[in-house]
Amino acid sequence: MNIPLLPEQASSFAVEVDAIYFVLWALTILFSFVVMAAIGFLAFRYRRGARVDRSRPVHSDLRIELIWSIVPLVIGLVVFAWSAHLYARTRIPPADSMEIYVIGKQWMWQMQHANGVRENAELHIPVRRNIKLTMISQDVIHSFYVPAFRVKHDVLPGAYTELWFKPTRVGRYRLYCSQYCGTQHSQMDGWVTVMEPDDFEKWLAEGGSEIAPSAGLVEAGRKLFDQMACGSCHGNTARTGAVPPEQRGGSLNGLYGSMVRLKGGRQVKADEAYLRESILRPNEKIVDGYWPIMPSYEGQLTEEQVIQLIAYMKTLGKADAGRGAGASPATSVPLVPLVPSEPSSPRRLARQEGSAQ
Amino acid sequence: MGVRPVQSVPSVPSADAPDDGSHMDEVAHQFESIEQQREAYVVGMWVFLVTEIMFFGVVFLVYTVYRSLNHAAFYEAHKQLDIGLGTLNTFVLLTSSLTMALAVHSAQTRNRRAQMAALLTTLALAGVFLAVKAVEYSHKFAHHLVPGDGFAYPDAAIANQARLFFSLYFGATGLHALHVVIGMLVLTVMLVRASLDKRSRADYMPVEMTGLYWHFVDIVWIFLFPLLYLIPR
Amino acid sequence: MTDAGRHGRRDADATGPSYLSAGHSLRSWLFTLDHKRIAILYLISVTAFFVVGGLAAGAVRVELIKPRGTFMSNEMYNRMFTLHGVVMIFFFLIPAIPAVLGNLLVPLMVGARDLAFPRLNLLSWYLYTAGGLCALTAAVSGGVDTGWTFYTPYSTFYTNSQVTLTIAGAFIAGFSSIATGINFIVTIHKMRAPGQTWFRLPLFIWAQYATSIIIVLGTPVVAITLLLVVAERVAHIGVFDPKYGGDPVLFQHLFWFYSHPAVYIMILPAMGVISEVIACFSRKRIFGYHFVAGSSLAIAALGFLVWGHHMFVSGQSMYAGMVFSFLSFLVAIPSAVKVFNWTATIYKGSVSFDAPPLFAFCFIGLFLIGGLTGLFLASLATDVHLTHTYFVVAHFHYVMVGGAISAYFAGIHFWWPKITGRMYPETIARIAAVILFIGFHLTFLPQFVMGFVGMPRRYHYYPPEFQTLHVLSTAGSTVMALAYLLPVVYLLWSLRYGRRASANPWGATGLEWEIASPPPTHNFDSPPRVTGEPYDYEALCLSENPPTDARRRATCDPTASEPRATGERSDGGPS
Repeated sequence: MNIPLLPEQASSFAVEVDAIYFVLWALTILFSFVVMAAIGFLAFRYRRGARVDRSRPVHSDLRIELIWSIVPLVIGLVVFAWSAHLYARTRIPPADSMEIYVIGKQWMWQMQHANGVRENAELHIPVRRNIKLTMISQDVIHSFYVPAFRVKHDVLPGAYTELWFKPTRVGRYRLYCSQYCGTQHSQMDGWVTVMEPDDFEKWLAEGGSEIAPSAGLVEAGRKLFDQMACGSCHGNTARTGAVPPEQRGGSLNGLYGSMVRLKGGRQVKADEAYLRESILRPNEKIVDGYWPIMPSYEGQLTEEQVIQLIAYMKTLGKADAGRGAGASPATSVPLVPLVPSEPSSPRRLARQEGSAQ
Repeated sequence: MGVRPVQSVPSVPSADAPDDGSHMDEVAHQFESIEQQREAYVVGMWVFLVTEIMFFGVVFLVYTVYRSLNHAAFYEAHKQLDIGLGTLNTFVLLTSSLTMALAVHSAQTRNRRAQMAALLTTLALAGVFLAVKAVEYSHKFAHHLVPGDGFAYPDAAIANQARLFFSLYFGATGLHALHVVIGMLVLTVMLVRASLDKRSRADYMPVEMTGLYWHFVDIVWIFLFPLLYLIPR
Repeated sequence: MTDAGRHGRRDADATGPSYLSAGHSLRSWLFTLDHKRIAILYLISVTAFFVVGGLAAGAVRVELIKPRGTFMSNEMYNRMFTLHGVVMIFFFLIPAIPAVLGNLLVPLMVGARDLAFPRLNLLSWYLYTAGGLCALTAAVSGGVDTGWTFYTPYSTFYTNSQVTLTIAGAFIAGFSSIATGINFIVTIHKMRAPGQTWFRLPLFIWAQYATSIIIVLGTPVVAITLLLVVAERVAHIGVFDPKYGGDPVLFQHLFWFYSHPAVYIMILPAMGVISEVIACFSRKRIFGYHFVAGSSLAIAALGFLVWGHHMFVSGQSMYAGMVFSFLSFLVAIPSAVKVFNWTATIYKGSVSFDAPPLFAFCFIGLFLIGGLTGLFLASLATDVHLTHTYFVVAHFHYVMVGGAISAYFAGIHFWWPKITGRMYPETIARIAAVILFIGFHLTFLPQFVMGFVGMPRRYHYYPPEFQTLHVLSTAGSTVMALAYLLPVVYLLWSLRYGRRASANPWGATGLEWEIASPPPTHNFDSPPRVTGEPYDYEALCLSENPPTDARRRATCDPTASEPRATGERSDGGPS
C-alpha cells in the first residue's frame, strides 16, 4: 500500500508554505483534542446519576468569554500575518525572472520560451533561476498548478495572469489544470522538468522537444509588426533618428515599462496588459495629446501573435537591443497636431533616455 | 420589544360607514389584533423591498463596473438614448408616486371615491410610462441597437462595447418595466377591491403596501435614469 | 404542563385534535396552511432530494475507485458531481433545517398560532418543489456539467449541457428560500408571546433570525447572477465576455457574494439546534447565552465580507486577497465562541446520552475539524497550494455534512416526538450516531491527505499514486451510507410501532414542550405568557406544581439513576 503523504518540496516557497501548513495542523489538532477531551471529561463527570457537586452553576462569565475570543483571535492573526507576508512575496516576480508564456486551452497547456521553443504539456526550466509565467487562456478559465512548487494561479481568457517561482531541486514534477474546464479537465495535466542550467541551455539551444525550432518570439513579433504595418502610424522603429512628421501614433521606443499619461491626466504603467489592451481595444485608454483613431485588432490576432508583438515591443528602445547601428534613442517628440486647435503636450513622463525598463 | 398593540393610524370614520375599529373579521387567525396584522404586513413588505434592493443592486453594480472599465465607449453609445423621453418618463413616474400617496391617504381616511380616482390615475400614468418606453424601444429596434444577430453599431471601433452597453440598458430597463407591469396588476386588483367595497369596511393596509412597492419602483427609475441617460463625459 | 400523552391518547388535548389527524385527504395536505404540515411536506421533499444527491455521491465515489474510472465516461462523471453539488446545496442543505425544523418550531417557540404569512409559507413549498422538478428534469435530460458553481465562460459559451434548466431550478428555489426568510423575520419581530423579550428567546430562534437575514440579503444576488448567465447563454449579452468588454471573474465575485453567506445559511440553523439539544441534555442553561446569540448575528454580518477567499488565485488583486484573508480569520471567532460556550454548559450539568446529544457531540467534533481546516484556506500562502484540491472538498464536507447534517439529525431526533407523537427506538439511534462519526472520518480524512499532496478536485481520471487514498475514502463512504440509512428505517418504523410520546418526553424547557405531542392545529388557544429566562431548568423543577410523574421527578434529581423518556414500558423492557 503506497500512500503519498507529503508532496515534494521543490521550490523556494515550499518549505515556508509547509511550515505554515504544519503549524495550522498543530493548532487544529490541539484545539480539537482539547475541546473534545473537555467535552468527554465533563460529560462523563457530570453524567446523569453521578453524585458530584452541581451547586452554584455558572451561566456566564465575561472574563472567560473575552479570553476565549481574544486568544484565538491573536493566534489567528499571527498566522494571517505570516501567511500574508509569504503570499506577497509570491505575487511579485523578481525583475531578473526568466519569462515564459503559457497558453491554456481545452485541454492542453502550451508553453512558449523566449527563443521560440514551444512545448505542449511539458515545461523545461533550469534549477535555481527565478521563473515567471505569463499566462492566458484561449477559451475558458483554467488553472496552472504545480503542487511540488506550491504555486497555482487561474488562467483567464482575455487577460494575462502571472505566477513566479524558483525551482530548487532537479527533477520531474506533476503539473495539473486545477480549475474545472470541461470534459477532459482531468486529462489536462503534464510535467515540469527542472534541469541543471547547462543541461537546460543545451536543451533550449537544440530546440527543446521540437524537431524544427521556430523563430524566436521577438523575431516573430518583428515580422508581424511589419506585416500588420504598425509602423505606418507608430513609425518605423528599425530606423534610428527622428520620427516622421506624419506619424499619428506614439513612438513605441522605450514604451514598455514606462509611465504613460492619458487624456484627463491619469497615469498608467505600460505593462503587458496595457500593450494588449492598446492593440485590441485602443479606445479604452487614449494617450494625452493623441486622437482616438487607432483601429482595433480584436479578432485579427491570435493570443500567440499578441504575445509575439509584445515580446518585440519590449525590445524597442533598449540601448543594447542589438538591432542595427545603435538603438533609436528615446526622445520626447511633441506631437504635431492634426487640427491646429488641439494643444501639443509632452507624451510621456518619468522616462529616462535610452534606458531599459 | 413586545407585542403591545401600537396605534399606527387613528381610524377616522367616514360618513357612509360606521367603523368600530376592531376589524376582527379582517384579522387572520394567526394574529391577535388588527394592529399586529398591520405591523406584520409592514415589516414583511419592507423585508421584501430589501430583497428587491439587493436584486436591482446587482444590476446597478454590474453596470457601474463595466461603465468604469469601458467609459469612453459607453459615453459614445449612450448618446443614442433619448434624454427628452427619459426625462418625461421621470416626471410621469414621480407624479404617479404622488397619486399613489394620495390613494393611500384616501384609503386611510376611508374616502372611497378619492381612493379609486387616485388609483386609476396612478394606473394611467404607469401606462404612459410604459408607452413612452415602448416608443424608445422601437427606436432602438429601428436603428439596429438591440443586441442579437441584427445588432449594428455605426462606429466599428467601439461596436462590441456599445453592444454591452445596450445589453445592460435593455436588461436594466426591462427588469424595471417588468416591475412596473407587476405593479399595474396589483393596482388593478386594488382598484377592483375598492370598487367592490361599497361600505368602506376594508382595511387600508393592502393599499399602503401597494404604495410602498410603487414608491420603490419609482426610486429604482430615479437611479436608472441618471446612470444610463446622463453619463458625464 | 400537560401529560395527556402519557396514557397513549395523542389527541386528548383540550385545544383540539392533533394537526396530523385534522384531515386525511391529499387535498388537506397539499392545500394546508398549517406550518406544521408544511414542515412535513418539506421533510418529505428534502429527504427525497437527499436520496438523489446521496446516490450521485455514491456513484462518484464508486467511479473514483480506479484511476481511469470504473464505468463512466468523462461527460457522465462531470454531470454526476455537478448533480451531487446542485442537489445537495440548493435542494437539501439550504432548506433542510429552516424549512423543516424552522417551519415547525418558529411559531411554537414564540407562542404563536402560525407563522406571519401561512399562504406565503405554502407557496414557498410549491416553489421549492417546482424548482426541484426543474433541476431533476435537467438531470434526466442530459444533465449539466459545469459544477454547482457555474463558472463563466465555460457555463455561458462552451458547455452544451442543461445549464438554463438547472439554473431555472435553482432560481425558483431561491424564491422559496426568500419567502421562508421573510416569514421568519416578521414572525420573530411581531408575533412573540407576551413577556417574551429578545433575550428570552430560545437560541434556535436567534439562529433562525440571523439565517433569515442572510437569506433575504444574499439570495437575490445569486438569483440575478444566475439570470445573467442564462441571458449570456441565450442572448450573448456580453456581460462576462472579454470580447465585449465583459469580465468572467466578475461572475465569480457576484456568485460568491451569495454562496459564501450561503454556507452560513446552512450552519447557523444547525448551531441553533445544537444549543437547544445541549441545554436540554445537560439540563442547564446555555453558558454565555448573550454571546451565543450575538455570535449568530456576528457570523451573519461578517459572513458577507469574506467571499473573496474563494478567489485568492482567480486574478483578484493581492491587496483584496489580504483584506479577505484578514476578515476570514475574524469570522472564525464567533463560531469558536459558540463551541466553547457549549462545552462550558456541560460543566455542573446533568448529562444523558440519548441520540440527540450524541448527534450533537458528533457535530461538535466534526465541526471543530471542519472549521479549523477552514483556516488553512483563509491563510493566503497555504490556500494557493490547497485551493482547487481535495483539501477544500474535505473541509467543506466536514462542516456541511459532518456539521450541518449531524445537527439536522440531532434536531430530527430531538423533536421527533413533538412532530409525530412517537418515540424513535433509542438504542439503534445511538448506534447510528456512532457509526456516522466513524464512517465520516473514514470517508473524508484521506481527502485532506490527498489534497495536500496535490490531488485536484473535479477530477475524473487521476494519477495512480492517489488510488489507495481514494479507495479508503470510498470504503468509508459505505459506512457513512449505512449511518444515514438506519435513521430512515427506524424513524419510519417508529411512526407505526414507536412508543407514544407525552407532551414533554425529554423534560425540556421551551414553549413547544408545553403543548401536546403532536400539537393541535392551532398550537395555542391564546398566547402563553413568558415570564422567565430560557433554559431555566432550575425553575422547571421548583415550579409551583410539584412534579408528579416519575420522569420529571427523576430529571429534577440529577442523582437519580438514568431515566428513560416518558412512556417506557412498565416491564422495563428494551425500548
